[in-house]
Amino acid sequence: MGAFAYVAPQSVDDVVAALGAADRAQVIAGGTDLLVQMRSVDREPRTIVDIKSLAETNRLDIGDDEVYVGAAVSSALMNENEALCNLLPGVTEAGDLIGSTQIQGRATICGNLCNASPAGDSIPALIAAGAICDIANANGGRELPVDEFVTGVGTNALEPGEFLLGVKIPRPAAHSRDAYLRFIPRTEMDIAVAGCGVSVTLDDDGTCTAARVAIGAVAPTAILVPAAADALIGGKLDEAALQAAGEACTAASSPITDKRGTAEYRRKVVAVLCRRAAEIAGQRARGA
Amino acid sequence: MAKVHVTSRINGQTQEFLCEPNQTILEVLRDELGLTGTKEGCATGDCGACSVLVDGRLICSCLMLGAEAAGKDIETIEGVAGEELHPVQTAILEHAALQCGICTPGIVVAAKALLEKHPDPDETTIRYWLAGNLCRCTGYDKIIRAVQDAAKTLAHPA
Ligand SMILES: Cc1cc2nc3c(=O)[nH]c(=O)nc-3n(C[C@H](O)[C@H](O)[C@H](O)COP(=O)(O)OP(=O)(O)OC[C@H]3O[C@@H](n4cnc5c(N)ncnc54)[C@H](O)[C@@H]3O)c2cc1C
Ligand code: FES
Ligand code: FES
Repeated sequence: MGAFAYVAPQSVDDVVAALGAADRAQVIAGGTDLLVQMRSVDREPRTIVDIKSLAETNRLDIGDDEVYVGAAVSSALMNENEALCNLLPGVTEAGDLIGSTQIQGRATICGNLCNASPAGDSIPALIAAGAICDIANANGGRELPVDEFVTGVGTNALEPGEFLLGVKIPRPAAHSRDAYLRFIPRTEMDIAVAGCGVSVTLDDDGTCTAARVAIGAVAPTAILVPAAADALIGGKLDEAALQAAGEACTAASSPITDKRGTAEYRRKVVAVLCRRAAEIAGQRARGA
Repeated sequence: MAKVHVTSRINGQTQEFLCEPNQTILEVLRDELGLTGTKEGCATGDCGACSVLVDGRLICSCLMLGAEAAGKDIETIEGVAGEELHPVQTAILEHAALQCGICTPGIVVAAKALLEKHPDPDETTIRYWLAGNLCRCTGYDKIIRAVQDAAKTLAHPA
């Protein structure tokens, strides 16, 4: 039997060392999943490694080419950043859906991603936005597209001794914007029955030249749906294109039935969410 | 289990404490420091009874470790009233916006934080801001009216 320990390293190397030193070490970011789990399903002792003392994880930068959101940045902090909300309204609105004001004061989108719940709200939004995981390790780090990061229910691609430093999101060009919608039985404080993130790029005539569509809570992991994007690309996001994109989402989903909704219902709802999110992303892109 | 030695500022005063590495700041406040105004309703982030401010940010103290409080500024319900009650507290009393009172410290802390950020919130803003503060007694309406009233008092002090 080990014992609980807590460390808050001051450098990336020290975090990596701390993760490698203990029998069992686990990162804490906002703790909004971790502490709930430590009190219920997994009470075993471990070394808790706080990653919030690093300059790197506290970065929230809007660069010319990319937006960087460090792994310690809370969703409240993201949503207070007007420039970020204008550039990536889909990603920030996903963060704004996570829990209450209190939860958002601590919860991070990187923690949402690492926790890898099938219903994690920021995951489809990050996939749609084309985010890249910036992973730290003892060998100088590596990068991985978000859609390859989550490997199953509650599992991710991090190897022992690795942690997520932050996510890099390509800075949306002119006429390029995103949106995220989820459906829950209540209006606040619930888990998605289905979710859909869409990002679109339009040309000067309003023709869609690029798109990414990702769905959540309707499969073991959030997934990219290239067929839905293909349905949007080349047209003006008209009714037929939106309909086809929605149908592609239904076809790509493999949902379960639980107390929040039946599989059949989820397949139907994900199509509606896709149509609406694509429409919202389109409106935003026209104005951007 | 090696205890963690922590120094933080609690309601404006520097405070040192020892805590277990897995002890929450809520447990530290209540069990180590005797600040029992902050309540535990669920311990899973759902009810908001444990609301406190950390560096000015509203959070659930049941989902933060005591060890994470090192170097932080923490404000609890005990720090809300000065010589007199805060306008949010007065309004809650005047509107009878409490019955059993278990949710009240969390609601006061959360509502005060709301009014510091949005001095003139509409009803929707108040309801969304307080969506993480559950109350089993009042039916919420009186709480909303109290917060609206407190906003007016803060904007036009008598
Ligand atoms: C009341 C309540 C309501 C909620 N509502 C929602 C909701 O509506 N939608 C939703 O999607 N989620 C919701 N959640 C879940 C949770 O808040 C989110 O998943 C949140 O984004 C997790 O982020 P965190 O920073 O708190 O993660 P933590 O709890 O700190 O970490 C989560 C997991 O990821 C690991 N981890 C975290 N950061 C890193 C990193 N940088 N590198 C490696 N591993 C890491 C941790 O070890 C842990 O296993 C809710 C939780 C509560 C308590
Ligand atoms: S006790 Fe912390 S939210 Fe309920
Ligand atoms: S007054 Fe009893 S829970 Fe709110």
